[in-house]
Amino acid sequence: MEVIQVQEWLSRTNEDLQEQKDYLTSLDRAIGDGDHGINMARGFKEVTKSLEGKDFTEVSDVLKAAATTVMSKVGGASGPLYGTALLKMSMACKGKQVDYKTLIEMVEAGLEGIKQRGKAETGEKTMVDVWTPVLSGMKEVDHFDGERIKHVAEEAKDNTESMQATKGRAAYLKERSKGHLDPGAVSSYFLFKNLALVMEEA
Amino acid sequence: MSSTAIVVVSHSEKVAEGIKELLQQVVGDVPVEAAGGSEIGGIGTSFERIQNALEKVRGTCDGTLVFYDLGSARMNAEMAIEMLDSESIQLVTYPILEGAYLAAVESSIDKPMDEIINSLKKEFDS
Repeated sequence: MEVIQVQEWLSRTNEDLQEQKDYLTSLDRAIGDGDHGINMARGFKEVTKSLEGKDFTEVSDVLKAAATTVMSKVGGASGPLYGTALLKMSMACKGKQVDYKTLIEMVEAGLEGIKQRGKAETGEKTMVDVWTPVLSGMKEVDHFDGERIKHVAEEAKDNTESMQATKGRAAYLKERSKGHLDPGAVSSYFLFKNLALVMEEA
Repeated sequence: MSSTAIVVVSHSEKVAEGIKELLQQVVGDVPVEAAGGSEIGGIGTSFERIQNALEKVRGTCDGTLVFYDLGSARMNAEMAIEMLDSESIQLVTYPILEGAYLAAVESSIDKPMDEIINSLKKEFDS
């Protein structure tokens, strides 16, 4: 993975988030506070803007810059969660060429960051339920398989529909949180879908 | 100089400002800062606003106690504290109004931060 690919990855994720802003917001209105689409779209637009035309020496630097923008511009719970994930990913590849093994370490570090920040575990109807299977799926093979990542992330995102939330605002709804996709899981799916796309093209 | 400053982090700008106002009326010389609302002033919390509040009270006191209301307030406050990398800032999970009130009163009689935290424990952990 090269600098240009990280920029491309985040910029494409931004395109999805802009297009799906209303969809994410409608998901969040059902079980959250209804600001996920707006927050993510606003924040990632700033990310794309802040990375545009900038020269970065290594992958770690791009991710760090993105993390800082996400932390301050996304807001809600997603700002700290995605910001922490990106920051941990950046730290995991500092000074390194990003090969497949390093990429796995980065996703693992990102997931750990999310779990720590959100005090979340798997099965709680959150973005953790997408990141965890994606990481496992990556570990099972020895090279980057975009189709596989996209498929695992999509299935994992869909699986959150039947789960009962025990974290975040949705947890207050108890049983009634079932039957809705988790908005954070859906935005995480966009992230991995675009990672898969960009890496496949490389 | 007062020993401990208070920072109030709420999803609502009005709530944070209201608590600040209330505390200042009771204990005028304790540094209190409000960090309420999202970056654009709506409902939410802002990492930047929290950072600014922490920086404002920094240097006016030996320590800072940070009170917060709901989920993402904690996460944003944690991040802001980590970024400043200061051991003298403590995030505490106590009632945002009653807890901050107790802390402000004790700070005004120059109790050090660890003693204030003990008082909070005694009052609210049952």
